[in-house]
Amino acid sequence: MRTLIVCLSTLGLWAQTAPVVIQNATLYTVTKGTMRGSIVLKDGKIAEIGERVLTPPGATVINAEGLHVTPGIIDSHSHIAVEGFGVNETSVSVSSMVQIRDVLDPTDVAIYRALGGGVTIANVLHGSANAIGGNNQLIKLRWGRPAHELVMEGATPSIKFALGENPKRAGNPSGGQGGAPPRYPATRMGIEDVYRQAFGETRAYKRAWDDYRAGKSTVAPKRNLTLEPLVEVLEGKRLVHCHAYRADEMLMMMRVAEEFGFKITSFEHVQEGYKVAKEMAKHGVAGAGFSDWWSYKMEVIDGIPYNMALMTKKGVLSAINSDSGELMRRLNTEAAKTMRYGGLTEDQALALITINPAKHLKVDHLVGSLETGKSADVVIWNKPPLSVYAVAQKVFIDGNLYFDREKDIRERAEKAARKKALEEKLKREAQQAAPGRRITE
Amino acid sequence: MWMQAQEPSSIAIRNARVHTVSGSVLAKGTVLVKNGLIEAVGENVAIPADAWVIEGEGMNVYPGMIDAMSAIAIDAPITAAGGFGGRGGGSGLPMPPVAATQTSAPPARGPEDRPRTFSWERAADKLRTSDPRIETARSAGFTSAAVFPMSGIFAGQGALINLGGENAPRMVVQSPIGQYVSLSRGARGSRGFPSSLMGIFAYIRQTYIDIDFYKQQKSAYEKDPKGKTRPSYDRALEGLIDSPRLMMPAVSKREMERILRFADEVRTPMILYGAHEGFAAADLLKRSGFPVVVSTKWPVMPADANPDDEPSMEDLTLRDRAPTTPAELAKAQVKFAFTSDGQTPNETLRAIRQSIARGLAPEAALRALTITPAEMYGVADRLGSIEKGKIANLVVSKNDLLSERPQIQFVFVDGVKYTPPPPAAPAKPARGEGNR
Repeated sequence: MRTLIVCLSTLGLWAQTAPVVIQNATLYTVTKGTMRGSIVLKDGKIAEIGERVLTPPGATVINAEGLHVTPGIIDSHSHIAVEGFGVNETSVSVSSMVQIRDVLDPTDVAIYRALGGGVTIANVLHGSANAIGGNNQLIKLRWGRPAHELVMEGATPSIKFALGENPKRAGNPSGGQGGAPPRYPATRMGIEDVYRQAFGETRAYKRAWDDYRAGKSTVAPKRNLTLEPLVEVLEGKRLVHCHAYRADEMLMMMRVAEEFGFKITSFEHVQEGYKVAKEMAKHGVAGAGFSDWWSYKMEVIDGIPYNMALMTKKGVLSAINSDSGELMRRLNTEAAKTMRYGGLTEDQALALITINPAKHLKVDHLVGSLETGKSADVVIWNKPPLSVYAVAQKVFIDGNLYFDREKDIRERAEKAARKKALEEKLKREAQQAAPGRRITE
Repeated sequence: MWMQAQEPSSIAIRNARVHTVSGSVLAKGTVLVKNGLIEAVGENVAIPADAWVIEGEGMNVYPGMIDAMSAIAIDAPITAAGGFGGRGGGSGLPMPPVAATQTSAPPARGPEDRPRTFSWERAADKLRTSDPRIETARSAGFTSAAVFPMSGIFAGQGALINLGGENAPRMVVQSPIGQYVSLSRGARGSRGFPSSLMGIFAYIRQTYIDIDFYKQQKSAYEKDPKGKTRPSYDRALEGLIDSPRLMMPAVSKREMERILRFADEVRTPMILYGAHEGFAAADLLKRSGFPVVVSTKWPVMPADANPDDEPSMEDLTLRDRAPTTPAELAKAQVKFAFTSDGQTPNETLRAIRQSIARGLAPEAALRALTITPAEMYGVADRLGSIEKGKIANLVVSKNDLLSERPQIQFVFVDGVKYTPPPPAAPAKPARGEGNR
């Protein structure tokens, strides 16, 4: 048995303990409307959903009369659960050699807090200090599990790009004038040039490998971890999530990508997306950003709360995300704002935080809606999920209960007492070890 | 002089309680030391007529203790804040001093610039016999130390040294014994790649890819140099190729998990150091098969902590349980040793006594201070126990070596007898040559 557990946990495939049936709930499937009924979670998947379902033997039955069930929220832009002096490898303009996966911190309490807001998946992104940033990691918020078990199975790898002030200024705190030796580039023009240079080099590197594989050369080229992910971008095997605010830069980015024959997967923040929605739809890039958060710097002065609605109506796959461990806990409210600003339907609004991010992250065949066969990542809410009064009650990932509000509240007093006792024990011991020392209370 | 006129040709410690570590404890044993080696040990050892004799009645004889990771004799003392213990709050890892060469060099632009790499440097070449800490450590019963340069991502190659001998070359027992790796952010003022922890991992990963390529190129060239471009010599890679193992920091469980997964990629033997949260990761460490060097600098509430800051349950648990790590590792049969982690020998031994109070068997503690570190570094054939033919590194004490007042009478390093200064703290720290 022990070996079995070890083996399963190594693979990240631990099975849920018992099937779960959530009965008599309002089910927001997102893709197939909203209905009253029950949902069966079994072997990590949604086994059945409908007005009446079969209860598997040994199932835990939850009577969710008056409660509301949605798929787990997917936050497509997050920086939680990252350890080690920053989410940016700031030193260079092309930092594609670094991997968020290497520095995941499964003990970051932001994971648990996000669960409490109904989030089950987060795309943990490298920061925006580099024109070409590091490799991101899609994680499931399996709180309590080791880092490698957070990694979402079946996720397409992705990389971060960034436009505008951040990559321009990160290496030029003094505007390229004096001070520390500047990092190229210091202008928006320079950022475009960084892409051309990097993908030019990548093409040459790819050619060298192609030649070697075709038997045209006998010596294998040296592997280059900076260029390898960019080869995957050219081959369409690695998604590109690009931090972008201004319309002109998004047009530039799409132009450069098309020139090199790849696609930008999503523009992140995308404050001026509404200005170039047509062009975005044509390129096939998603727009993922905030509902009503802008003007925090000059280049985001043109943000409007109608952005998501306008992009959606122009056929851009749109998503709302957090970029913040705090905002992450109430993405449902953020999505709801698009009903007020822009008149999206309930399904459209919910899609912004579930199936739409699943689509642009290329995991919509696994998650993002309540459909049989998809991962049993579901949230039970006390109120309709788009209500400002909605509070997540239970959150399941792969059919396992990772957040239980009732249990959390129940255990608070006991946990506090345990902590107090431990604190006092340590103080006592410190006093015994050094009797003269004053111990701060 | 190494051999003075009055240097005894052999020394016998007679009728003492001999803790051989490799075998059983001899209640009335004799240890015969000759030419710096253990000539004989046993209950019926014939003592040569010309041997000088120490009456061991009521005394204990132990193998000299080994500090499994130290910067003694090669570097300025690590500052109090510079230990690698601690958790959270960025990095508790040692902040290397800023080397003059680092600040003037242009910032590294990527792995190819071999940033903060000194892998070719050897502790054995940097030893200073004048370091006063040598005598302090020896007087407390430490006769050997695994010493490492500690500044840089690849900081350099360690050496197993004896804490005695009149010149540096005589101190070296084994070199190199491993490459010290630090995952801390660069010293203030150090710029360029890598600026993040993930950047450091990327750098190490690329470096090991480069090593494979470098070896391949070199061997192809050496096989038949004619008509081939000569591969460039790369001292950074040479230094790593020379290193039998990597010393990797891992204080928390998540860091251990991270390093162990990373180890699968770089396929290089490792020793993990730090390991304060080892109490929660004993099974994991056992499965990895890697030895562990436990820092004896147990985490405590910092003296300058803001009284308004509420420590997390994780911090409190770590402070409470870290001293139980050795007992848990022993129970899981993980191979572990101790490092002073920049502390004085007295602080180190006090920390180990804390672990004994928290369930570590004294015999297990003694092994972790003697034979286990010798095994880790591949010198168990000459150090770590009292056996015939091994180096005569011995401690003679009235009381139990790991008790609060062991009352060490003599310390032998390479067979040379040193008498520790009296333990009462003198106004002026005791110094000078050992009494031979």
